[in-house]
Amino acid sequence: MFRKSFLPVSVIVSILIIWELSSRILAIPTWVLPAPTIIMQEAINGWSNYQHHILSTVFLTVSGFAIGVSVGLLIAIMLHLLPKIREALYPLLIMSQNIPIIVLAPLLVIWFGFGVTPKLLIITLVCFFPVAVSTIDGLRHTNPELIHYMKMAGATKKQIFTKLELPHAVPQMFSGLKISATYSVMGAVISEWLGANKGIGVYMTLASSSFRTDRVFVAILFIMILCLIFFAIIIAAEKIILKWHPGKEEQS
Amino acid sequence: MSTLELENISKSFGELTILDHLDLRVNDGEFVSLLGPSGSGKSTIFHLIGGLYQADHGTIRLDNEAINGKKGSISYMPQTPSLFPWRTVLENVVLSVELHQKPDKQKALEMLERAGLKDYANAYPHELSGGMRQRVAFVRSLLSPQSFICLDEPFSALDEFTRLEMQKWLLTIWEQERPSVLFVTHNIEEAIFLSDRILVLGSKPANVIKEFTIDFKRPRNEELTLTQEFLEKKKEIYQTLRGVLND
Ligand SMILES: Nc1ncnc2c1ncn2[C@@H]1O[C@H](COP(=O)(O)OP(=O)(O)OP(=O)(O)O)[C@@H](O)[C@H]1O
Ligand SMILES: [Mg+2]
Repeated sequence: MFRKSFLPVSVIVSILIIWELSSRILAIPTWVLPAPTIIMQEAINGWSNYQHHILSTVFLTVSGFAIGVSVGLLIAIMLHLLPKIREALYPLLIMSQNIPIIVLAPLLVIWFGFGVTPKLLIITLVCFFPVAVSTIDGLRHTNPELIHYMKMAGATKKQIFTKLELPHAVPQMFSGLKISATYSVMGAVISEWLGANKGIGVYMTLASSSFRTDRVFVAILFIMILCLIFFAIIIAAEKIILKWHPGKEEQS
Repeated sequence: MSTLELENISKSFGELTILDHLDLRVNDGEFVSLLGPSGSGKSTIFHLIGGLYQADHGTIRLDNEAINGKKGSISYMPQTPSLFPWRTVLENVVLSVELHQKPDKQKALEMLERAGLKDYANAYPHELSGGMRQRVAFVRSLLSPQSFICLDEPFSALDEFTRLEMQKWLLTIWEQERPSVLFVTHNIEEAIFLSDRILVLGSKPANVIKEFTIDFKRPRNEELTLTQEFLEKKKEIYQTLRGVLND
């Protein structure tokens, strides 16, 4: 663990040092590019000013992620069990990802107002897709030998699904979950730009319109931290649930 | 209580005819082995009995009841162990029971102990050796609720010692309960040691070309394998098989 994190940490530290030195030596104005120390200062001193924004974004992200993942799993299971519908809807599913969220967002506001609904919808839209696609793949690529065995043993369709296909898809599902988790934070921030009174997105817009570049960076910092935390939670869950997975031991 | 009858069974995959008017019968409480060259269609016979494929022609009867295309009527050990990687050894061996009724964990543990796998009850399949996985699959088929047992090369991945142990163990279990068994193997000695009857399959398309009755008295033990009669049977079967291969 220590060895693995040593390299990326040292890269980040070097970048920060170069950044700090160059903004001091070149005397870059703070509103253009604040030095890391100034950002840290604002992060510490301004905590009471912005902490409610972070809480609000965390809440929005978690709810959106939960809804998005549930929708993704439901779609995956439905499309897997009903191959005809899968043929019909799969292209639509992929096309849904070609709609730029930035364009869609104002439309959602027109349709659903400024409440929490359009925000959750946006997060759901960015979250469901990775989970749905990876789970469908996992379900479809179940080991045919095991399916043969289950059929010979007299398993019903339902038993084959619950005892074989579903657990078989779990590792794939987790790779989708990891992507969705990081997307969900982005989705939340974007949705807050639409018009909200709280959230990191709001804090960021206020900061940039008043040229408080240091605060913009504080916002970015917290977006990254949230992403990492969500990612870590998914990995921890994966470690616990996939303790049977052969690849796991060799990696650590 | 358990007889199996294949009558006039034909099966082709596309252009390739694998089984052509095959007849085969396993009587109640009988241990029958199938010997035949690789690719002759032994596993295909099992897949037909298990209902995975439909025969093009002919009838399969279990206890005088046609079971063509009916799944789940036999206890089956596939040629590859086919264990579920996310289930522990114990959870794997009760799988086939679980599909039909509530599993008896205690009985499963006892069987695992007899197969020398007691310490691995909570291990996952990827932590086992190939031979151990085969033994798990074997125990799973013994625990299945169906009374007719089909074993597809159950001991092929085992070393000589473990193989002999497993054969003896299979015989003790079999002699206690006398289930009807259809057994596929490549090993002539194994077939003689275990069976009441040996069917030699010819290839392309497969058919029973010769049948050997093995009437050594039971219970059998390993000394049998060194007797003159045993070696003579072995020689006889070996020559038949060579004949098949030379055709
Ligand atoms: N699903 C399938 N589709 C097409 N051909 C098949 C299929 N299953 C088996 N075959 C063919 O049927 C033939 C017999 O296969 P089978 O697995 O029954 O052989 P086997 O006697 O069990 O051989 P081995 O001793 O090597 O296990 C082979 O030529 C194989 O290519
Ligand atoms: Mg075979």
